[in-house]
Amino acid sequence: MEMLDIALPKGRLGEKVYSMFEKAGFECPSIREENRKLIFENEELGIRFFWVKPSDVAIYVERGAADIGVAGKDILLEYEPDVYELLDLNIGKCRMAVAAKKNFHDNVNTTLRVATKFGNIAERFYREKCRDIDIIHLNGSIEIAPILGLSDVIVDIVETGKTLLENDLEPIETIVPISARLISNKASYQFKNEIIEKIRLGLSGQVGV
Amino acid sequence: MNIESKILKSDERAACVLRSLYRNLGYCQYKMSKFEEYALYVKNKDFLVSDGIISFTDTNGRLLALKPDVTLSIINNSKDVPGSVQKLYYDENVYRISKSSRAYKEIRQTGLECIGDVGLLEICEVLLLAVRSLESISENYIFELSHEGVVESILDDYNIISSLRKKILSAVSRKSKSELEGICDENGISSVVKESLLVFTENYNDTDSALSELERICKSEKVSKCFEEFSFLVNFLKEAGFGKYIKIDFSLTNDMSYYSGIVFKGYIKGIPASILSGGQYDKLMKKMGRSSGAVGFAVYLDALERFNLEEEAYDVDIVLLHSGNIADTLKTAESLSSAGNTVRVCSEVPKGLRYRHILNVSQKGE
Repeated sequence: MEMLDIALPKGRLGEKVYSMFEKAGFECPSIREENRKLIFENEELGIRFFWVKPSDVAIYVERGAADIGVAGKDILLEYEPDVYELLDLNIGKCRMAVAAKKNFHDNVNTTLRVATKFGNIAERFYREKCRDIDIIHLNGSIEIAPILGLSDVIVDIVETGKTLLENDLEPIETIVPISARLISNKASYQFKNEIIEKIRLGLSGQVGV
Repeated sequence: MNIESKILKSDERAACVLRSLYRNLGYCQYKMSKFEEYALYVKNKDFLVSDGIISFTDTNGRLLALKPDVTLSIINNSKDVPGSVQKLYYDENVYRISKSSRAYKEIRQTGLECIGDVGLLEICEVLLLAVRSLESISENYIFELSHEGVVESILDDYNIISSLRKKILSAVSRKSKSELEGICDENGISSVVKESLLVFTENYNDTDSALSELERICKSEKVSKCFEEFSFLVNFLKEAGFGKYIKIDFSLTNDMSYYSGIVFKGYIKGIPASILSGGQYDKLMKKMGRSSGAVGFAVYLDALERFNLEEEAYDVDIVLLHSGNIADTLKTAESLSSAGNTVRVCSEVPKGLRYRHILNVSQKGE
């Protein structure tokens, strides 16, 4: 039987997503077992789940190693993979925002230094505003960049704003709201259309507004 | 000289088959230079699949580029001759930046272009050749179709401004219904228009349901004219026996500043991306100062590199260890190879070489 490969993001979001698949009738009980396995199969249903790093889901799907997967809109906007976005799952909700030290004043006659993991999103956002920026690519602890004078602002994901607050920062502008999306490889969508559409339908019934 | 077909890789075999397919229908091979004026590509940068162009200065000080695309060169080097159609095919390497690795890649591309007074006859022929191209590579393929003229004139009918149009088409290309709804809501687009636009993100199991949904939202005369052409072309392919392979999908709607009519993509099971892409690009012709029309497609042969790849268990059938007389060794090697074996002659077995049998020259015939 031909299998449908599904890439799920490791972590809390992935577990939530798996529960949605389960409710939709696409379960794989072995995934609930406590072990370090990364691939789980339900031969009867013809589906195979695997856990990957959240930022890698889109790569697996774009290159066809996974037929479908669940990825955050932040990753889709940053890497612009050539995939279909079949459904907004309305979970993992947060926003991509610009944040700065409290009382920050944007001095528009100097280049704005922006620290971020999301260089493309930041670049596009400021290009539309015709603002000259200097992007500083960081891989973590972005919040300390303005405190140490490395950057003027940061562009990052804001969920509750607690981390920002604890580091004396505040969000000053929302770039785009973020949530988890069901994505599909374009070729897989053609050849495995029936089961992918069944999954989309099963998940869409659980999507709250 | 006979060439064993197993020696040819999937892409090489496909290139031979496709060339013969196009040649048999009277298409002439277009052999082009590896280089072209850089300005040609810069002027039409949006038409190119990748943004990076390898440029260099030639001995006369002209800025040249390693060609990233074949279509632009063909248009640039062809002439408008009223009443005639040029039918050309090519098998060329192009140089592009790979989106995932951001490194330059050499890509083998085969395809054809029909340039001149292009009418329904030529469009049908090109569609037929596109489907036949896929069929010659694998029986398990899907040919997707959309029509830029239909989509564009529907957007015209609803007076969608160009900045919004770009956002709408981007959402359609990703089949993102939620995003399309969001764009409509944010921009005060009425629910009636929104419902109509959502027709573009739907999944259609058969061409009839897609066409009837599309017909429902075709209001003006201009749209109806484009719709008639689209439905004629779809029905032509169905009547030609390709009904079960074709699918209408508006997500493949391309850049409307270049394409004007039918657009299509081909997928082959086992290859994770589209392998064939093409359409009618009269608008590109106009942009390049030409009065005639054009339709064509390209097959990305590099995608076939790993298709049906069978890992061979051995590098060679026989390792023939040389000792003594050179002439005897080579004669033995020839006789073993003419019996259908692959033979590696060496004095000692190279490290890591996988072989089926090992022979000393003296053992031959044992």
